[in-house]
Formats: sequence, C-alpha cells, structure tokens
Amino acid sequence: MDEKASGIILAIVALNKEQVSGGAPIFFARDKAEQERTANYLARIFDAMVHDLENGSYILVRH
Amino acid sequence: MLNYMPDYLIVILSGVLAGTVARTAMLRIDYRQYPGYPHGFLAHFLLGLIASALGAVAVPAIMKPDFAAVTFLALAAQQFREIRNMERRTLESLERSELVKRGLDYIEGIARTFEARNYLVMGASFATSLAVQFGGLITGVFVAGLALLACFHFMSGEVIGDICDVVPATLSFKGPVLMVDEIGIMNVGLQSMREKILKDGLAVKIKPKDGNARAAVHDIGQRSAMAFTAAVILGTKKDIDIPEFTPLARKNPDTGEVGLYVLPVEKDLKQLIAAVKLTPVLESARSKPLKAGPSIKAAKKKVE
Repeated sequence: MDEKASGIILAIVALNKEQVSGGAPIFFARDKAEQERTANYLARIFDAMVHDLENGSYILVRH
Repeated sequence: MLNYMPDYLIVILSGVLAGTVARTAMLRIDYRQYPGYPHGFLAHFLLGLIASALGAVAVPAIMKPDFAAVTFLALAAQQFREIRNMERRTLESLERSELVKRGLDYIEGIARTFEARNYLVMGASFATSLAVQFGGLITGVFVAGLALLACFHFMSGEVIGDICDVVPATLSFKGPVLMVDEIGIMNVGLQSMREKILKDGLAVKIKPKDGNARAAVHDIGQRSAMAFTAAVILGTKKDIDIPEFTPLARKNPDTGEVGLYVLPVEKDLKQLIAAVKLTPVLESARSKPLKAGPSIKAAKKKVE
C-alpha cells in the first residue's frame, strides 16, 4: 500500500463539462445519482477516497 | 578454590533468577499483542536470562577482584542496543501491511522500551546478587522483591488519561466535511459513506489539561498512537478499499484540543474513552514547554 503514489488526483467525476479539464481522467455523469455510483465504483477500484468539491465535481485521491 | 565456589554460585544463581523473573514479569502480552509471537517471547526470555547473568556475574568479578570482567558490561550494553534495532525492524516491516498504522513514533517507543527493560533486568540481578553476597539469602529475597517493584515502577509510564480529559463528542457534516464537534476531520464525498459514518461512527474529544499536554497531543505520532489503540480495542470497519473509515485525529488549531473519529466494530463509547485514556504518552511526543521558565526568560531579556 505504501508503494503506491499518494496525494495525487486519480480521477475526476464531474457533472459540468465546463468546470473540468486537464491531466486526470475525467468521467462525466448525467445526474447526481450516476455521479455517486461512478465515484463509488472508481473509489473501490483505486482504493481511493472520494472528495466533494461542492461545485458538481468529485475527485478521487489516495491518501 | 572449592571452598568459595559454591558461595559465588549461589550469589550468581540468585541474581540470575531474580533478573529472569523480572524479565518474564515485564513480558506481558496485552492488547498491543506485542510480543504476541511465541518466538519473540522466547527470544526476549533468553536475552533477559543473559542480561541477568551479566548483572549477577559483576559482583563476584568485583570481589575477586577482576576489573577486566566488569568492562564486559560495556560490551553487553552494545548487545542490547541491537535488541532495539531488532524490534524496530520487525515492527516497521509489519507496519507496511497494517491497515491502521502504529506510526513510527510508537514503534520507536516500543523498541526503546525493549532495550531499557534489559537494563532494568541487569540492575535487578546486580542488586540481588550484591545483597546475597553481603547479607545472605534472606536479604537477597527482600532486595529482589524491591527490585521487582522498582522495575514495575519504571516500566509504567504516563498515559493520555493522566494529562488529558477525554470527553464524548458528536459527529456531523458541514457540507462534505466530517466534523467532530467544531474540528474538521476530512472531506467525505460519497453520500452513502456519510450516512454510514453518522450511523456507526464514534468520536471523542481529547482536551489537554495544560501546555505540556497540549504539546504532547500536538505530536502526529502521539495522535496516530491514540487512533491505533482505539482501532485495536474497538475494532475498525476499515478495509483496503474503504479509506473513509480510517480512524483519524485532528486538532483544533486554536485551542489545541484533538478530535478523534473511529468507525468501530463494537459501538461502545465508554470503551473508546477508556482506550484513548490507556494510550501511553510517547517519549518522543513528551515535551515540557512550561518548564522552560528561567532559560527562556534569560533569552527573552537579550531580545529586548
């Protein structure tokens, strides 16, 4: 677990296309429920934590 | 030569016996599950035997007098430093696969304790054989008892309960941020996790009694030691893919109070308070800023 990189954004799950761009993989969701579900799946896959930025974007970070 | 050999034999044997008993008594297996490994137990038992033999032999060596033999004690100290390294290495390699980490400070503290206990054993056996040499067996038994008591006295250090008040606290969410009373812990994004945390989570607040205590709980290692103890005693629902359930301790930067959050298997608030109170105050976390009085005043004058 220690060997994996920590503190970087692994993925972004976003509702608004205008608000995100850049290096991390971005997954767009149609609504809040889909966003929640996608974020949950990704979090379990990456062993990561989901953080809510309260602007319609979730970021996944491993600590 | 045959005349005094048995005398020394009794002196040495009684010292060795007292030392070994002391070491065994100090090798408790408690909630820390350490040294819970049978081989670790054996290794420490034997090292304790060697330490007490060294302490016991010192008396006949001085009586003889063979001062060269006494210098071997210095060699022994070198040997016991190796114990500290051994313990540190073992715990550090276990730490990597630990879900809730002890923290390096706690490991260092444990390793140092193992080293120090061998010195205590050496002292106990030295005192006992000294007493047997000059006072006979009865005095020896008396001194051995005293030495054991002294060992237990030095063994038990301060715990968090001595320097802090631990009080129940409530979990809540301010937007996505998990709060323990007024202290922000972490940002939890998923709604399902938030509901789970509110339903099953527990929290306490650790209120330092004075500035020294505040400095101790300010230490990151001390805080992870508290979280570790809580997780060991109450269990934790954390798994490798659920980092949300990691027990965390964060401080209020203004007051120095620390909020601790856990997601226990057994939801028992009293048990949690007891667990936090039971956590040892780590040597590396202990500092006494309040005792800096005279020296800081002298320095302050120069500044003015």
